[in-house]
Amino acid sequence: MTSGRPQRERVVLAHRRGARIVRTRVEVQEQTEVGDALVRGLVRAQLGLALRLAGVVMCAIVSIPVGGSLFPALTATSVFGIRVNWLLLAVLVYPLLYGVGRLYVRLAEQGERDFIRVVDEEP
Amino acid sequence: MTGSAPAALTAGALIVAAVATVAVGVYGGRRSRTTSDFLVASRSVGPRWNAAAISGEYLSAASFLGVAGLVAKYGTDALWYPIGFTAGYLGLLLFVAAPLRRSGAYTVPDFTDFRLGSARLRTVTMLFVVVICVLYLVPQYQGAGLTLNILLGLPVWIGPVAVAAITIANVVGGGMRSITFVQAFQYWLKLTAIGVPAIALLALFVADRPSLGEPLPPTVGQQTTVAVKTDVVVQVDAPTGVTVTGTLDGRSVRDAPIPSAGEHTLGAGTTLTLAPGAATPVTAGAPSTGAEWIGSGGGLGGDHPLYQVLAIIVATFLGAMGLPHVQVRFYTNPDGRAARRTALAVIALLSLFYVFPTLMGVFARLYVPQLLITGTADAAVLLMPRAAIAGPAGQLLAALVAAGAIAAFLATSSGLLVSIAGALATDVLRGRVRDFRTAALIGGVLPLPLALAASTLELSRNVGLVFAVAASTLCPLLVLGIWWRGLTAAGAICGLVAGGAVSGTAAALTLAGGIRDDLLGGWPAVLAGYPAVVSVPLAFVTMIVASRLTRAAIPAGTARIFARMHLPERLGMSVERVPGG
Repeated sequence: MTSGRPQRERVVLAHRRGARIVRTRVEVQEQTEVGDALVRGLVRAQLGLALRLAGVVMCAIVSIPVGGSLFPALTATSVFGIRVNWLLLAVLVYPLLYGVGRLYVRLAEQGERDFIRVVDEEP
Repeated sequence: MTGSAPAALTAGALIVAAVATVAVGVYGGRRSRTTSDFLVASRSVGPRWNAAAISGEYLSAASFLGVAGLVAKYGTDALWYPIGFTAGYLGLLLFVAAPLRRSGAYTVPDFTDFRLGSARLRTVTMLFVVVICVLYLVPQYQGAGLTLNILLGLPVWIGPVAVAAITIANVVGGGMRSITFVQAFQYWLKLTAIGVPAIALLALFVADRPSLGEPLPPTVGQQTTVAVKTDVVVQVDAPTGVTVTGTLDGRSVRDAPIPSAGEHTLGAGTTLTLAPGAATPVTAGAPSTGAEWIGSGGGLGGDHPLYQVLAIIVATFLGAMGLPHVQVRFYTNPDGRAARRTALAVIALLSLFYVFPTLMGVFARLYVPQLLITGTADAAVLLMPRAAIAGPAGQLLAALVAAGAIAAFLATSSGLLVSIAGALATDVLRGRVRDFRTAALIGGVLPLPLALAASTLELSRNVGLVFAVAASTLCPLLVLGIWWRGLTAAGAICGLVAGGAVSGTAAALTLAGGIRDDLLGGWPAVLAGYPAVVSVPLAFVTMIVASRLTRAAIPAGTARIFARMHLPERLGMSVERVPGG
């Protein structure tokens, strides 16, 4: 009696992208073990980035007075009629600070985008 | 300097700057209604406005007057102050900006409450916020006193009282929303006020090309008379052409030449006359010859110059993170991403600004070297335009600088007062708009007696000490609170108290007159003057050790709180906190 009918078929209009998104998002939001591990990873990555950049800046900056006191001759030289120590401290330090800041903003936002992609991605 | 026309011009500029400040405040604050308007401008300030407002608020008397004064006096090593004041924002950007904004807090004490849920810690933090802001207000008020005294000859107490009155009126009127407009406006006012004279002087300098690094002290161009108001020890390298009336080395003299090169004491009320071309005596401890001044490694007076520089780096790089009036502005960003972009823009704006005070400091040595005698080098920016450029152009520039200076005091004072009022109103009073206004009144009056009583250090150095206190208290609290899950309320309180006690004692000793330089090889004096190298690590270590010992008290919801602070807003974890909610 059922033979005359066609086989029931499942019709899919689109892939269900939502299911996985909801699950990972909820895991992060509800602080399950997986979600917490993801957050820890993000925090560690952002802190590592900040510490590395801070380390670079500190090394560059501290080497100016320390180098100056170890090798006084270095600071007495002139470039374009300006003493090297003045050129470094009054001019060149500022682009360094801004450049590192800009790099940080780029990398930190990149890190956050990657995190969102991991969370929202299908398996 | 005392002619009536220039004085009227200067007074006019001061009044215009003050009136413009109030007017912009009223315009910006006309729609301030809710407590959220008053505290965080309803979190609707974009990065551009916010960065200008933060810079306008941050560039205080210490930056506008103090940096040039220090550069004129101490040369290369003084450049570390503007570098540190700028680099502080890099530290803030790297470690604090976005998570602090995402926490959804509205003041620093509220952040600690959010993070650790302890009412006691909240109260302790509130006390530190108020103390740091009050200490920071003191040099602003002092700078105002100095400015009005030097430019208009008014008694020293009028400046502090006038600035306090205008600031209180502005904050009571519109809170954060009005302040945002005022401060953004004031950044550009300050930049113009110091940039235009600096460029004019630069043109003069390039035309003359005088030499800066000579082996001689700076010389005066025309006959100059200097009145000594407090006892001062000066270093005289070339006594020719210098005559003294008053007390010299404890003896009363009249039109007497200085007998020999070396250090001499001038009593209060003494008048020093310098013939044209005479070499200027310099406050003892500062480099006197051009060659010493232009070289590195001289320090900023006192012994152990390398230690001084490193301590300034530590205090200023970490101190900006712990300044409540700076942090409170980050809460007004719409989200964490905007907070980062704001911090980056602030670095650019500050880098641009600090070019000019540095130039002014260099020129001060050429055009107003007599200021180096009395130690009031902070007045250099104010007096230089008229001393170097003759005629109405110089007078106009001088009036412009005066307007910028008053903007500096008003902007920073307003920001500090908003922070004090925010902390007091929500943590001591009941957080209503009326409480905010009462708290603003109390907070504005509190520093007045201190400003009138405290010994007058250089403004930048005074502010440097406040940075050291901030770097040893609120900075470790925020950094560990944001990045370390192991922090406990008890640990935080121990660290705050340890760092605050050490840096606070050092600051108090220095403000009260300092320790003798010859004690134990100069170390006690230099440690008290620059405490950050000791007090910052002490605060961090105390917080970590005390937290490990009270491990059981780590709040249960820490994981959720971390997710909220560090996840991008898109994931929908953030919650805005409101007072009383």
